Amino acid sequence: MDLNLSDEQRLLRESAERFVAESYDADHRRKMANDPLGFSPAVWKQFAELGWLALPIPEELGGLGGGAVEIGILMEAFGRGLVSEPYIATVVLGAALIEKCGNAMQKQASLPKIADGSLKLAFAHSERAARFDLAKVAATANKTAQGWRLAGSKIAVLDGHAADEIIVSAHIHDHQGPSGRIGLFLVPATAPSLVVSDYERLGGGRACNIELADVQLPGDSLLGNGSDALPAIEWAIDRAIAALGAEAVGIMQTLLDTTLEYTKIRKQFGRPLSANQVIRHRLADMAMQVDEARSMALRAALKADSPPVERARAASGAKAKIGKCARFVGEQSIQLHGGMGVTEELEVGAYFKRLVAFDTLFGGSAHHYGRHARLGRITIPA
Amino acid sequence: MDLSFNAEERAFQDEVRGFIAKNLTDEMKRATALTPSVFSDPDIGMAWQRALNKQGWGAPGWPVEHGGPDWTPAQRWIFETESARAGVPNVNVMGVKMVGPVIIGFGSPEQKNFYLPRILSGEDYWCQGYSEPGSGSDLSSLKTRAVRDGDDYIINGTKIWTTHAHHANRMFALVRTSDGPRQQDGISFVLIDMKTPGITTRPILTIGGDHEVNQVFFDDVRVPVANRVGEEGKGWTYGKYLLEFERGSGIASAKLREGLKAIAELAESDLTGRAIDSPDIATRISEVEIDIDALEMTELRVLSALQTGQNPGAVSSILKLRNSEIRQAVTRLGADVIGHDALVVEPMRPLYKLNHEPAMPEEMLTVVPEYLNGRAYTIFGGTSEIQRDIIAKMMLGI
Repeated sequence: MDLNLSDEQRLLRESAERFVAESYDADHRRKMANDPLGFSPAVWKQFAELGWLALPIPEELGGLGGGAVEIGILMEAFGRGLVSEPYIATVVLGAALIEKCGNAMQKQASLPKIADGSLKLAFAHSERAARFDLAKVAATANKTAQGWRLAGSKIAVLDGHAADEIIVSAHIHDHQGPSGRIGLFLVPATAPSLVVSDYERLGGGRACNIELADVQLPGDSLLGNGSDALPAIEWAIDRAIAALGAEAVGIMQTLLDTTLEYTKIRKQFGRPLSANQVIRHRLADMAMQVDEARSMALRAALKADSPPVERARAASGAKAKIGKCARFVGEQSIQLHGGMGVTEELEVGAYFKRLVAFDTLFGGSAHHYGRHARLGRITIPA
Repeated sequence: MDLSFNAEERAFQDEVRGFIAKNLTDEMKRATALTPSVFSDPDIGMAWQRALNKQGWGAPGWPVEHGGPDWTPAQRWIFETESARAGVPNVNVMGVKMVGPVIIGFGSPEQKNFYLPRILSGEDYWCQGYSEPGSGSDLSSLKTRAVRDGDDYIINGTKIWTTHAHHANRMFALVRTSDGPRQQDGISFVLIDMKTPGITTRPILTIGGDHEVNQVFFDDVRVPVANRVGEEGKGWTYGKYLLEFERGSGIASAKLREGLKAIAELAESDLTGRAIDSPDIATRISEVEIDIDALEMTELRVLSALQTGQNPGAVSSILKLRNSEIRQAVTRLGADVIGHDALVVEPMRPLYKLNHEPAMPEEMLTVVPEYLNGRAYTIFGGTSEIQRDIIAKMMLGI
């Protein structure tokens, strides 16, 4: 039992924090907010050079063989600067799904290119009617003589506009295996009949809705052998939840630091705001919730490869708890900044909006408390 | 990073489990489960202390030269966790975890030789004389006075919230020996024999129906000066040192989890008409379980830092706060889960020696008393408000 960072992990944290502190200032964020791409290709190239895109990819495929804990270390630093590069879409979800579901050829074709920064991915799974139910997929993939024909609509596809290829989930209709299987298909961004409509995402970066109107794909666009991909989807999204949770911790820490500073400087009634016990206690509660969130993000990362129920309960527990903490810390940061907190003139609002996006993405607190409860009774570890 | 235990730690876990299986009697287990107050009655708790002491585990936090077992923080974690899972009785915390460390840290050689073995063996049972009717959170405003008279102090005043004063044969107390420029000055830390003439004890019943705390009166009570720990007037320093221990060893999550498990079992049983089938109850169980997960993880993070010799600092206030709040959430949930049976008042104590058939199933007997008595968790050992002051000051610098 040891939760201290290894030397390698400490170095990773230091280099990530340094990079974010030096390259990701308020000016950069403002520029990105008005950028049609929503992130900087030059920064993405630096991510590749720093080895961060290769982090979770197996060593034999050009990666560094890191795990969810290392991803979390990186994401927490990203949160402090509100990094908007498509790291979750390409590395945390995209690379993980290909590694889990792809055959040897598919892995060889994609993973080294993700690692060197030449391939960006997105994952199109959510559908409007499904809400947060990962098993509910209406999109279809029909077997044709040439390969596959995909039809359906997807929403909330993170960074789909910037992806070279989009991984799309769809029900397989091939008149062979058992019915009800979900398959994952690699769809090139250039595919005819694929319509990508992107929009500015709450809290920074971009996302899109996509329409697949009978998109024709070759036979090898199906990842793996066509067995049901739902367990892999759940695994990958639980991983993304751990990563996003760590990012939320970084965001909350920055909000706490900023708000603490402000309450020391801002004077009302002839004394700093922080001289009031009600303000000090509020900040103590915020600090406590940041700490609880940090514990839950780490827990979800450490259990990212545990057996499915244990992993999923850790992920849902983290998502529910961190979401609740994030709303509290975010809302109170605005409250303590007073009227200025509600304006675009301070960055508090940008950080808060990213937290709201976090709590929404892949299901909010209420959804995950429910999922946690449905997944089983209280467990006493051995 | 690794959440799992290594081979040595697993072997130790087996050793602890073996010890508990051999020594924890069904009677002790039942009595502990049916105790709705914070502490076990001494007949139960001290039987367990004797068993622990025979094994060399009588005082896990003490240095080896005074009889501590020299455990790593991970071993302490395993011991506390296994003890909670098995439902062992509470030992005399005021002796082992409070006055013991103060005597070790600041006592004279004579005091160490006399008192420490008696704590280990369970021969002495200690109570804590800190709060006074006029001194709650503002503890250092205390007024109980000790006036020097030759080789004795003569003590007059009163202490309150004294847990198990009616069982204890000894008390450690903060008393005023002089008036300094600050109210923290002039306080001394003394050890008092409860049989000394002039001491009277008045029981105070808590809202759960338990006699656990008391008010103690001192009327010209003579205490030898030799019973003072450390320097005269420096008692506040020793008293604060002790409070750090009172706020816990930072291993509370296992006990909380057992408490929630008992409530969840009730919710799943026909005794409550399967309360768990209500999505509201099911979600609240998850909510509390997740809070326990977060606390456990924080405890493990602190423990890991301790293993490398780092100081946890103000995080002990976070642990105390969260532990107390979650404990209250568990008991509140329990009172909701048992439905109409929450209306039943069973006034007789102890609950494990009832001489009549209670009006509710035995599994539910402690639920409402625990909820009611449990309101004290956010008050004793420094209220939640005091803990927030400490967090703001120590962690945030405001």
